[in-house]
Amino acid sequence: MAVLEASGLTKHFHAKRGILGGERGVVRAVDGISFSIEPGHTLGVVGESGCGKTTTAKLVLGLEDPTAGTIRFEGRDLQGLDTAGRRHYRKSVQAVFQDPYASLNPRMRVDAIIAEPLVTNEPLSAAEARSRVLQLLDLVGLPSRAADLFPHEFSGGQRQRIAIARALALSPKLIVLDEPVSALDVSIRAQILNLLRDLQAELGLSYLFIAHDLAAVAHMSHMIVVMYLGKIVESGEARTLARTPKHPYTEALFSAALPSHPDERREEIILSGEVPSPLNPPLGCRFHPRCPHAMARCADEEPMLQDVEGRLVACHLYDAAEHRALIRIAAGVSQVS
Amino acid sequence: MSSSIPSSVSYEPTGQRLPVKTGPLLELENLSTHYVSSGGTRVVRAVDQVSLRINAGETLGIVGESGSGKSTLALTILRVLPPAARIVEGRMLFDGEDLVQKSDAEMRHIRGKRIAMILQDPMASLNPLFTIGDQVAEPIRVHEGAGRATAWQRARDLLKSVRIPSPETRVTQYPHEMSGGMRQRIVGAIGISCEPRLLIADEPTTSLDLTIQAQYLNLLRELQRAHGLALIFITHNLGIVAKMCDQLAVMYAGRVVESGPVSRIFNAPVHPYTEALLNSIPRMGDSAQRLTAIEGQPPDLAALPRGCAFAPRCDRVFDRCRVEAPPEFAPAGRRTARCWLAAADSTPSDMLVQSGTA
Amino acid sequence: MAIQTEIIGLPPRSRSRLAALRFGDFPLIPVLILGCIALVAIFANLLAPHNPEIGSLAARFKPPFWQTGGSTKYLLGTDQLGRDVLSRLIFGARVSMIVGFTAVIFAGVIGTTLGIISGYLGGWVDQVIMRLTDSWLALPGLTFAIFLAAIVGPSMWNIVIILAVTYWTRYARVIRGEVLSLKEREFVRLAIVAGCSKWTIMQRHILPNVINSAIVLGTLMLGVVIITEATLSFLGIGVPPPQAAWGLMLSDGKQSLMVGRWWLSVLPGCCIMLMVLSANILGDWLRVKLDPQLRQL
Repeated sequence: MAVLEASGLTKHFHAKRGILGGERGVVRAVDGISFSIEPGHTLGVVGESGCGKTTTAKLVLGLEDPTAGTIRFEGRDLQGLDTAGRRHYRKSVQAVFQDPYASLNPRMRVDAIIAEPLVTNEPLSAAEARSRVLQLLDLVGLPSRAADLFPHEFSGGQRQRIAIARALALSPKLIVLDEPVSALDVSIRAQILNLLRDLQAELGLSYLFIAHDLAAVAHMSHMIVVMYLGKIVESGEARTLARTPKHPYTEALFSAALPSHPDERREEIILSGEVPSPLNPPLGCRFHPRCPHAMARCADEEPMLQDVEGRLVACHLYDAAEHRALIRIAAGVSQVS
Repeated sequence: MSSSIPSSVSYEPTGQRLPVKTGPLLELENLSTHYVSSGGTRVVRAVDQVSLRINAGETLGIVGESGSGKSTLALTILRVLPPAARIVEGRMLFDGEDLVQKSDAEMRHIRGKRIAMILQDPMASLNPLFTIGDQVAEPIRVHEGAGRATAWQRARDLLKSVRIPSPETRVTQYPHEMSGGMRQRIVGAIGISCEPRLLIADEPTTSLDLTIQAQYLNLLRELQRAHGLALIFITHNLGIVAKMCDQLAVMYAGRVVESGPVSRIFNAPVHPYTEALLNSIPRMGDSAQRLTAIEGQPPDLAALPRGCAFAPRCDRVFDRCRVEAPPEFAPAGRRTARCWLAAADSTPSDMLVQSGTA
Repeated sequence: MAIQTEIIGLPPRSRSRLAALRFGDFPLIPVLILGCIALVAIFANLLAPHNPEIGSLAARFKPPFWQTGGSTKYLLGTDQLGRDVLSRLIFGARVSMIVGFTAVIFAGVIGTTLGIISGYLGGWVDQVIMRLTDSWLALPGLTFAIFLAAIVGPSMWNIVIILAVTYWTRYARVIRGEVLSLKEREFVRLAIVAGCSKWTIMQRHILPNVINSAIVLGTLMLGVVIITEATLSFLGIGVPPPQAAWGLMLSDGKQSLMVGRWWLSVLPGCCIMLMVLSANILGDWLRVKLDPQLRQL
């Protein structure tokens, strides 16, 4: 059974502009997305600004309530949970955020920081809390004398380890990782990513991994979900998705990823235009104004996610056999249908 | 796979032929910039004995992590250092003239006109109170004494060359009305407005989305070809270097630990830090279970260890490394490596400079 | 543990926070002055040569000892009732210190608490508290203090309360602003994710991070409060006679200024000035020291 299952998850914000709240609008941050996370697996989420990945993280963490749709945790709908149920959910889903300098209260010692989730949720004696803190520090590779120090005495990578130790305090089932290594030096990123993988193998954790470094996401994830303007445009197994993307946006995204060697040449797909704002998403397929393969249909009808060779893709190009010819022409292979 | 980029490429500017000078466009010789605290007690050797060279039309990537000194190096070249920093030794030869010796007035003529710089955060680079037109036209008016109408016309042309749609309307708009990608392109337009010979870009794409970054890097490459610019990319991202640069210099703790043509370094790095850095980056399509991490933490620049600064983290360290800091060696061609491992088959670089090999 | 992670070395034990307040640009003189005033206030009984409240009419209007007519018995002269000016200054320090510090602390407690609640909870609570603050600020401070003093009658503790009640609004505004930006910091979000209640977060996460600002504001408010107390005393509605207070001495001495008896007003005026100036300089220095962003390299 999946650890977390979202279906039709939607979150709209109301935007007020002007002094007297004149122009009103609805920001469709997340618009009907569905995904699931299996136990011990990582779901990677990629997308650019305005795609809704941060809002999705907040919804999963319970920091925002959905406008529509459901989130099921271990089969049980979050909306229907009572206080005890919500408490259990809080303990089972934790987070590690991007900025290691803002994630830790500068006035608290490390042992208080790590122990905070514990003492808030369970009646523990000071000795029990302390021993658990030392255990967690050991788990993330920090020496026990770290417990008595303050955050400013640590480097960025070490602070991120403290944040991870804290996230593990309640033995959660799912950890939301929102850009956990983007603010760290390149040489430290590998340390932290390795640590996260080891912890997953050892403790059977699931991760919701959000990052803009596509190679890191492909390396860490079992499944990847690609978001654009609040919708999921493609989802599937991580490595195959990275190797052979199907949706035109995914193709452009992965081709924009920087090479790891100067001899590596990729087909450069440069998209025109800017990422539009979620305040006024285009009608029909949200990607069609920038899509190199757009057809007339794309401006009118929004594509649904369909199964294409084991991958879910929301694109009219994959609708039926007759469109396969169009794909070949668009990809530049000269074949007459 | 197509062939690698040759080690020195020169681009011919279309149209106007710029006078060609022999020798490198910019040459840094043994440059050192130190930060001194107010009591004189703490000295941070932010840039230490850096020697680099870039030819006209080339792209040089300077790679380093936080504390490597790469941003201080950029500020040093343009002489826009904060009051606590001073250049303690070395020369910066730009077109044969030593920038270290220039007066403030002379540097003002160089900044923006012959050497330009673009920074990481486009919102901070643009003044929110002035229109785009004002800001793009400003360097033209300052350096070329052009009148407002001429300068604004040039501004419109510049916006068109950086592919800003409908430049006529954009000129009168303000920075907050633009997206991040557009702002960064405007900053680029300001940078090339006076046709500089050298453009220094300090992490120009860090705040941009991936697809916008791709657009922007493409644009920079086109501008470079069209104007015969030399580009220095300062970044922590080896991917940008792999994509855009001909030459590479890797910095660690204020020193250049390795430099040379990009392909050769990626294929066969000499310095253990470069090698470890290249191995620690996740590669697309690579299903290895663990990334090779570099142990330890970057050093404190105010308290560098004796000997090689990378010795505490190096997996091939030996006794000499801990005691004596290695000089720069030149294994072959235009390569240098600051490592005792390179000592065996190379000459120290001071001999190299005198012999004049490129 | 099966996890193959490396044990990370830590940087050497860094200095404690107290040591971080380097003695390089430490405002030594202002701190010494305030320290002296505090000591004088505490040991007033031992230091004052005479009783500050009872004087001998035979010794009225004696000038300070270095002027003709003065004597070393009354080092700084006497006032209209023959009371020793030096002793009155010493005991007056006590009043200024007590009133100054307690008023600042009370105002700080009220203002900081309201600022935190208003900033963190937001919504209608914020609106109510802010409108309350606005209307309070709209009242002219001094006039309001006078008004209150007239109602409750003068006494030292009443003055303290009046001052606290007049000046809490400065804190509320400033602290609320800080809380608004603190609220968005990730460690607060993580505390919510960990299951902490709003009150726990305000107490454990918000309060310790705004205390620095409150302290700095306090040192700056000290000057304002003492001047207000002096003004109230000057106007006759502050600390009641025969208690010695610097403002009262200023007031009593103002007529004598015309007749050349300068020591009755200039000396208390100097004391007020020294104390307020020292507090301001100290507050300025603390502001830079305690705010990591303003600190230089």
